[in-house]
Amino acid sequence: MELWHFISERWPTILSLTGEHVLLVLVAMVVAIILGVVLGVAVTYWEPGARAVLYLCQILMTVPSMAMFGILLPLLGIGYKTGVAALILYALLPVVRNTYTGIRAIDPAVLEAAKGMGLGEWSILRRIKLPLIIPVVMAGIRTATVMIVGIAAIAAFIGAGGLGELIFRGISRYNRQMILAGAIFISALAICFDLILKQLEYRYGIRS
Amino acid sequence: MIRLENVTKHFPGQDHPAVNNLNMLIPEGEICVLVGPSGCGKTTTMKMINRLIEPTEGKIYIKGQDTATIDAIKLRLDIGYVIQEIGLFPHLTIAENIATVPREKGWPRDLINQRVDELLTLVGLEPEKYRHRKPADLSGGQRQRVGVARAMAADPPILLMDEPFGAVDPITRARLQNEFLEIQAQMRKTIIFVTHDIDEAIKMGDKIAIMRDGKLVQYAPPGELLSSPADEFVGRLLGPNRTIKRLNLIAVREALRSDLLPAVPSHLSSEEARLLLKGSKFNVLAVVDRRNSLTGFVRGEQLKNSSVVPVSEIAEPSPNVIEAEATLNEALSLMLGCGSQFVAVVSKKGEYKGVVTLGSLLELVKEDVKEDVA
Repeated sequence: MELWHFISERWPTILSLTGEHVLLVLVAMVVAIILGVVLGVAVTYWEPGARAVLYLCQILMTVPSMAMFGILLPLLGIGYKTGVAALILYALLPVVRNTYTGIRAIDPAVLEAAKGMGLGEWSILRRIKLPLIIPVVMAGIRTATVMIVGIAAIAAFIGAGGLGELIFRGISRYNRQMILAGAIFISALAICFDLILKQLEYRYGIRS
Repeated sequence: MIRLENVTKHFPGQDHPAVNNLNMLIPEGEICVLVGPSGCGKTTTMKMINRLIEPTEGKIYIKGQDTATIDAIKLRLDIGYVIQEIGLFPHLTIAENIATVPREKGWPRDLINQRVDELLTLVGLEPEKYRHRKPADLSGGQRQRVGVARAMAADPPILLMDEPFGAVDPITRARLQNEFLEIQAQMRKTIIFVTHDIDEAIKMGDKIAIMRDGKLVQYAPPGELLSSPADEFVGRLLGPNRTIKRLNLIAVREALRSDLLPAVPSHLSSEEARLLLKGSKFNVLAVVDRRNSLTGFVRGEQLKNSSVVPVSEIAEPSPNVIEAEATLNEALSLMLGCGSQFVAVVSKKGEYKGVVTLGSLLELVKEDVKEDVA
């Protein structure tokens, strides 16, 4: 009851923090998708690079998020930019890995036929490889998005805004309702993203 | 015309060249089959023609032009390519698959659509039914047809086919082979066809190139190959029954005898027919109707024993009838099956043409044996 009271009282604040949170995740995801797909495609042409890049992405994911924000702080300063940068780094691995393994898993006969028919590498990439890996990459995007919705909460610590602010403020003021509200909204957000992306994935999965 | 001149391919890290100093001339409009055991270099040879593999040494000319001087992509766009696994693009519809090369060449949309329908019809798939399906919805044989259609989409003068019918069941394979030969009879493409199946080579090839360890062992039309194999290896590859295989290459019409079994019009009486019996080697007459279509046979005893009636009333149908376009092998098998000394030959329309006899087959085979002894 108290929680409900808190939420209805602070509704405008919660709403704007949710907006910030969504923006943080979306901006990070858009950059991570572009960067991740380009990187994932690039390393399929250079096997030693693939191992290095995938390994690096894996290491990035093991860095505790609090530490990650701390490391980036001196480079990018306090605020939104650092938050987005850290989220991009976390989101990169699923996207890069799925792009890479997606392309690697394409039936070699399909690629041989394409090459033998006279398609250039660019045509093969654009018309064959990329359309074929959409379902796999979509799965990676979904994993990454749900994951960074949670991590974005910690971005509030370095002043990037978002629903994490409720949690941090709640902790410093011993305000349980505030912490709970933050946690609930972050979870709800993650579930929403998951459902939407699942729909998209399903649609593309059927298409191919 | 394709000319291979001293073509050698040495893959790095291998002791022996995969293809060793190959010289070959592939005439325009013919099917040239490359055949040999696995690892003999047949696929490598084929892939050097569209430069999927670059030769280490030697030159390949297409219509007199050195392929090394043509942009590889341009070269491949003008050479159809079919592989055993087909490699249809699973995310595209059948129509989109077939349209790949025309689209790449920038054909206008309506021309592409028209061409797709034309090709689907050519390979025996109804355009309305199959155009918008995905490869996964098709059977193996149908996919293979689409693969062939896709390779021929932009009407390339040359087709490369690597075991194109290798992955389907024997019945479907035979049907695809026959259909393809019919298509080829109209299209007259220059075709390089790779297979390890000597029977397929004999059936499909205008010329057969037998390869072993990267070298060309014999390059000859199937008939010549079967009647005079170059060495023991070729002989073994052809198998012990090559005489019978040769019968596969000869059409019934080529061994046709029109003088051994006279035809009798069905309205004649049995008495009149009896006079014709003298001309028959087998004491049998073929009964034909007004349009010269074979309706049955009458035996000598029937004519002698019956009272005077039109022969149509005593004629009996018989299973030993074959079309003139069938092979002598089929004729032989029919004779053995019916326990008969001859088979009657009819045209596609059913007109009576004459007979092929066991004797005429023996004659043919004997010629073969004589050549072998000599």
